Amino acid sequence: MATTADTFQAHTEEHHHDADHKPAFFARWFMSTNHKDIGTLYLIFAIFAGIVGGGISGIMRFELKEPGIQYLGWWVEFMGGEAGFDQALHLWNVLITAHGLIMVFFMVMPAMIGGFANWFVPLMIGAPDMAFPRMNNVSFWLTFAGFISLMMSAFVPGGTGMGAGIGWTAYAPLSTSGSPGPAVDFAIFALHLAGAGSILGAINFITTIFNMRAPGMTLHKMPLFVWSVLVTAFLLLLALPVLAAAITMLLTDRNFGTTFFDPMGGGDPLLYQHLFWFFGHPEVYIMVLPGFGMISQIIATFSRKPVFGYLGMAYAMVAIGVVGFVVWAHHMYTVGLSVNVKMYFTAATMVIAVPTGIKIFSWIATMWGGSISFKSPMVWALGFIFLFTVGGVTGVVLANGGVDDNLHDTYYVVAHFHYVLSLGAVTALFAGFYYWFPKMSGRMHSEFLAHLHFWVFFVGVNLIFFPMHFLGMDGMPRRIPDYTPAFEFWNSIATHGYEIMALSMLIFFANIIYSFVAGKKAPANYWGEGATTLEWTLSSPPPYHQFETLPIIDDGEEVHRHGNASPSQA
Amino acid sequence: MRIPLLIIGGSFGNKACRAPQLSDSESVRHMRFGDVAEKRFNLNAMPAFAAGFLALLVLLCVALAPQMALAQDGVNGASEAMSVGQADARAANVADDSIPAAQAAEGQTVEPAAGAEAYKPLGPEWIKGQPESGKTSFQKQYSDIGEYGLWMHNAVLLPVITAITLLVLGLILWVIARYNRRRSPVASKSSHNTLIEIIWTILPVLILFVIAIPSITLLVRQYESPPKDALTVKVTGYQWYWGYSYPDNGGFEVISNMLDDEEAVKRGLPPKLAVDNRLVVPAGEPIRIQTTGADVIHSFAVPSLWFKLDAVPGRLNERQLTIKEPGIYYGQCSELCGVRHGYMPIAIEALPRPQFDAWVRAQGGTVGGEASDAKPAAADLQEPESSVEGAPGAGAPPTQLDSPAADAEV
Repeated sequence: MATTADTFQAHTEEHHHDADHKPAFFARWFMSTNHKDIGTLYLIFAIFAGIVGGGISGIMRFELKEPGIQYLGWWVEFMGGEAGFDQALHLWNVLITAHGLIMVFFMVMPAMIGGFANWFVPLMIGAPDMAFPRMNNVSFWLTFAGFISLMMSAFVPGGTGMGAGIGWTAYAPLSTSGSPGPAVDFAIFALHLAGAGSILGAINFITTIFNMRAPGMTLHKMPLFVWSVLVTAFLLLLALPVLAAAITMLLTDRNFGTTFFDPMGGGDPLLYQHLFWFFGHPEVYIMVLPGFGMISQIIATFSRKPVFGYLGMAYAMVAIGVVGFVVWAHHMYTVGLSVNVKMYFTAATMVIAVPTGIKIFSWIATMWGGSISFKSPMVWALGFIFLFTVGGVTGVVLANGGVDDNLHDTYYVVAHFHYVLSLGAVTALFAGFYYWFPKMSGRMHSEFLAHLHFWVFFVGVNLIFFPMHFLGMDGMPRRIPDYTPAFEFWNSIATHGYEIMALSMLIFFANIIYSFVAGKKAPANYWGEGATTLEWTLSSPPPYHQFETLPIIDDGEEVHRHGNASPSQA
Repeated sequence: MRIPLLIIGGSFGNKACRAPQLSDSESVRHMRFGDVAEKRFNLNAMPAFAAGFLALLVLLCVALAPQMALAQDGVNGASEAMSVGQADARAANVADDSIPAAQAAEGQTVEPAAGAEAYKPLGPEWIKGQPESGKTSFQKQYSDIGEYGLWMHNAVLLPVITAITLLVLGLILWVIARYNRRRSPVASKSSHNTLIEIIWTILPVLILFVIAIPSITLLVRQYESPPKDALTVKVTGYQWYWGYSYPDNGGFEVISNMLDDEEAVKRGLPPKLAVDNRLVVPAGEPIRIQTTGADVIHSFAVPSLWFKLDAVPGRLNERQLTIKEPGIYYGQCSELCGVRHGYMPIAIEALPRPQFDAWVRAQGGTVGGEASDAKPAAADLQEPESSVEGAPGAGAPPTQLDSPAADAEV
């Protein structure tokens, strides 16, 4: 307690002397209250989690390269377990669970919301920091603790072997009576911690955006990235408590004899699925909406044009957020819903295609008539638009309850959600990374390596995931470690795609190292004319405390033109 | 430029038709759809793309419709060759796939043995529903629902999503080629255009309506109730095998485990899909599949029949299934159910009714609600009512646990 108070004291003192004076190492990085430092922590954490989650997918891809169980037994022994056949199969389930949870909760969300939003929402709205700087710190360390808890779950008994093998969805009763041992409890606790961290973060963002905008920046003049974070924060605030409730019921079912999800005591396994997907569907928009925002900024910057249809873009995100809450049971088409329920969810799900389409077309219209320079963030953004479209249209296929009776829980679904997340959200993350990395670090990355990274990544991920559509249509179920030889052909191609994708990651890390070792110093606005939001008015990296005198937004001309460039429109 | 614009006019009526003229600066004031003050925005080209997209859509539909009609006809025709042999050398069912194909085509009279007394499991030449190596489409469908679903995907959804993807790709490439900094050194200041925004909102809505009609139809057909006298099979998912019980036929239960690879290959069956005891049902008539889970949630799925229904503990899900022709249809458990989730395949063996009855008797079950010898094997149909009423109730049914060949892989 005392240390925290001291640190805080130190901060206030510094305000009087020097905006760029930083606290000592431990105080700066472990007790940080600076949104930029916390954003950096989140990004480093997300990259680390991404390496873990991506490494796990590598183990899975190599195991799936050919029929039979080749590597899992070795990994069981490597992790200190007893290598029987069933233990190897259990490890498979642990891997799919960990890959899903890590990528969703500890890679994409921390990078998008904790990392980029923390860094750039205050900068873009002209605020000195987040509304609740210490809560911001708590959010990060809760997320970090959640990750530790998830890692620990891999080393405690979870039934047949070590770890929680329940899938990221943790369906009861597999996650209750089906998985004895503390591993699942650790995994659930990891979600509690990460969820609590995200809820606090959401409160922080909502408060910040509503209360700390610079004078003159109305809601309708905010950059679209800030809009996307605002919508995302509301989704988090409304969806995560439902997840918390559902997994708390899992915990009490497991440990305290309740029967929320156990038919023997009057419960219902499907109740869990309804609760989970009430959270889970908004969650997919939580993961991709900030990406939409980043893409909007990037496209406008490199086309040297304001975003086309700004209001439509902002309210399309609001519409996606709202409709995203009433489509959850399309994840449950085969559980035995009645025909009317299925019709409703089919129709409601397809409605989401409309605002999503508005966004895609508006991005293209933003570029239309522009003067486009193909710097690395722009190339990634163009890749995003295409890949997200591919993922989006297969979503329209899956939205049909009748068609989903064949495709549900097949690799078609795997292909679909990796196109919108792994190729959509992650591509947006890289676009945002190359867009803002020099701003954050003060060093320019290598444009050549960034372009190379894009093309190798683009080829790799498409080789991994496009064949999965074929596997799914041919009937290969998800989450199986072994398969009949007919599935080998496309699986081996997907594994080769993974090798290419992994190579692209090496290029990415080489680029980071290059920029720190030999990168040129970044000027304040290194993207030039098109970059008009407030962060470009600050040095790279920005001063430790920015906007001590609040900027005043007169009519959007100078600071950002994403608002209403034409005065005719209200 | 003129022709695509006419198409737009044709599909959207007069108002939209006027749009191209309005891009001339004089008539901007009279624009009905709202503010087009940003007239530097190239209004002509965007509707042209939209029109091109529509044309593409129509073309694709026209092109694919006849194919689909053929595919549907072909199901009954003799032209279908089972391409089992393509699967994989290791599947070892390469045998002569042309001969069984011909047999299958000739219909139910040739095989399986007309003498219904001795039941013999169908051989690998009868495999119809199974994955094929390198395939890029759905498995061939052997139920009406499946044919409708396949038609819907191939004739409606696939053209639409392909056209949309190509449209977006085309627009991106066009923008890259036309509006790069070299060819377009000065950016326009356009930031909105109400007409184009309305078009790209309304157009997807219309496309979704087009999709929704067959989609709802498919749903309704999937939920049709089986006739009262339909055979009932209760499918129970266990960790990690399937139990198939026949409440209308004496209530016996067949336990179905996966064959190990060696045994499957020896019998010429696909590894990881072949089982010791198949789910045997009559072909050509509606049957009632009920699913439930004994421990955790499983999912009973057969891709070539367009059938997937979760087996949830504490619930009894029911769906009608009609398999059009005799054969073997493979599927796999499709809900993560624990350690051996990947090793609980499903194999359905559809037989002509007499052979099915013979199989029931061989299992010690009853046919038509009577004792096993009450009906001659020639009887085609059961008595409508009695089969349901005669089903045994709560009493423990005689469980059939015979596994004639090898055990499941350990």
